[in-house]
Amino acid sequence: MADDLLVARGLVVAYGRRSAQLFSSRKQVPVLHGVDIRVGRGETVGIVGESGSGKTTLGRALLGLVEPTAGTVTFDGADITALDEKARRQLRRRMQMIFQDPMSSLNPRHTIGRILTEPLVLHGFAKSRAAALSLVHGVLDRVGLSRNTVERYSFELSGGQRQRVGIARAVVLKPDFVLADEIVSGLDVSTQAQVLRLLKELTSEMHLALAFISHDLSVVRSICQRVVVMREGQVVEEGPCERVFTAPASDYTRMLIDAIPLPTVDPGWLTRGAAAEAAVPG
Amino acid sequence: MSAPRLVIEALGVISLRAGGAPILRGVSLTVDTGEVHGLVGESGAGKSTIAKAILGIVPSQVRISGGRIVFEGRDLLALSASELRAILGRDITLVPQDPSTALNPSRRIDAQMTDGLRLKRGLSMKEARLRARALLAEVQIRDPERVLSSYPHQLSGGMRQRVLIAAAFALEPKLVIADEPTTALDVTVQKQILRLIRALQERHGTSVLFVSHDLGVVAQICDRVSVLYMGKVVEQGGTADILQNPQHPYTQALLAANPRYDRPDTGLEPTPPEVVAALRAEIAAFDAGALSRGGG
Repeated sequence: MADDLLVARGLVVAYGRRSAQLFSSRKQVPVLHGVDIRVGRGETVGIVGESGSGKTTLGRALLGLVEPTAGTVTFDGADITALDEKARRQLRRRMQMIFQDPMSSLNPRHTIGRILTEPLVLHGFAKSRAAALSLVHGVLDRVGLSRNTVERYSFELSGGQRQRVGIARAVVLKPDFVLADEIVSGLDVSTQAQVLRLLKELTSEMHLALAFISHDLSVVRSICQRVVVMREGQVVEEGPCERVFTAPASDYTRMLIDAIPLPTVDPGWLTRGAAAEAAVPG
Repeated sequence: MSAPRLVIEALGVISLRAGGAPILRGVSLTVDTGEVHGLVGESGAGKSTIAKAILGIVPSQVRISGGRIVFEGRDLLALSASELRAILGRDITLVPQDPSTALNPSRRIDAQMTDGLRLKRGLSMKEARLRARALLAEVQIRDPERVLSSYPHQLSGGMRQRVLIAAAFALEPKLVIADEPTTALDVTVQKQILRLIRALQERHGTSVLFVSHDLGVVAQICDRVSVLYMGKVVEQGGTADILQNPQHPYTQALLAANPRYDRPDTGLEPTPPEVVAALRAEIAAFDAGALSRGGG
């Protein structure tokens, strides 16, 4: 399609390859078995699946953080797997990531100000520290953090504030694409609502493409336009959320949806689908 | 009507570290025989502190400042250590949150499962192992022999949680405390585990105190619910009543923040500032009252 931003074709990733020289019997563990996925410009795509489905590996491959055994990843027309380090570095500004646990992804020795201004200077986005700081103030205003957050350290912030910093760090470079990997899984439901709402607003304001990895299908339904369902390293189903959630084509998707407990008393829910689960080995 | 199996009355817990700041503010609730009672709330609400107070495992920097925990007519807080030992681990057991840390990594499953059966029920090693095997079959483990001779790391998370549930129900306890037992699991495994807990609980008439942050989980497994905010019960009642017709603004806010795939246009509502202000005022009023009553 003409408006594709990020396209992966036939992606195969296997871990354990490098150690083959040391222990010749060490076998490769395939994690992705030929995955096709595309994210359009400004499109929000959910990547869902259970643990071990390969969703995190897929995300890392999309950003060029793991090298695929086979297949290609094309970002804005360029094959990122074929780029040299210099060209990749230029792309990195345009492809950002928000991490699951901001406590371990934000350097505890650096102030939030340093964490946010450094990439601006590094990528030549701001000519001086002062110019960078004014950009940072703008992004802090936008994500709902006070400007004096620049003087704080990550451990002084609450979980929700930290995740706002994570979002600010990702969007301050005005990227085209953001990968968010389980970014709300550790948050309380009220904080989660605020963070998701912010992310949803930012993607539409900035025309930002988003790949949103989550195990929580209700969260994906609330912020994504399209959804990709993964299982054991393969895409089992893909389509607009509206269609997939109301009329899933795959039995596996159906089972995943049926396993979500909704906050409405449903006396038959617990026993329903027991036979289907037994039929789909998992 | 028989007396409830567990009665918690005005339970107060304070943090010694934070200058005596309250953690639980006069929590009262009852768990009937054969009932699953949900404790729901966000982090810091005091859900796990209630569970720990019942089990007598509150951390050293935390102190129970008042109230009673009456289990089958006896106040657990007034019992001696040896009296407690006779109850805990036998009549009251725990299904912990994290199946990967709750089992001893250096002992096989059979050794860990038979401890309680031998020490609390006086079974021989052989009898205990047979019983453990039957219990694993009851939690739908297909090859109990293999699991019994495995170490925890050889089992999946769902399998380990099944083992822990089997162990918790092994001594036919009267009350099981389930502390976020499915938080670490995938949804399909979570559903199987919830089904299992409910089936065992119904079969044995066990009472369950079910701690959860997930309103969806609570909706599917709990008969009644207590909603907690900062160590205070803000609302209590039948699960269907609470979820369909929440009275307290905080319960309403929790439900409005919760995304659900079947209603994509709802959810993600931020808690209105006036609700937060009212909650803080409610907490402050309680604390002021507690101070004037001369207790924490």
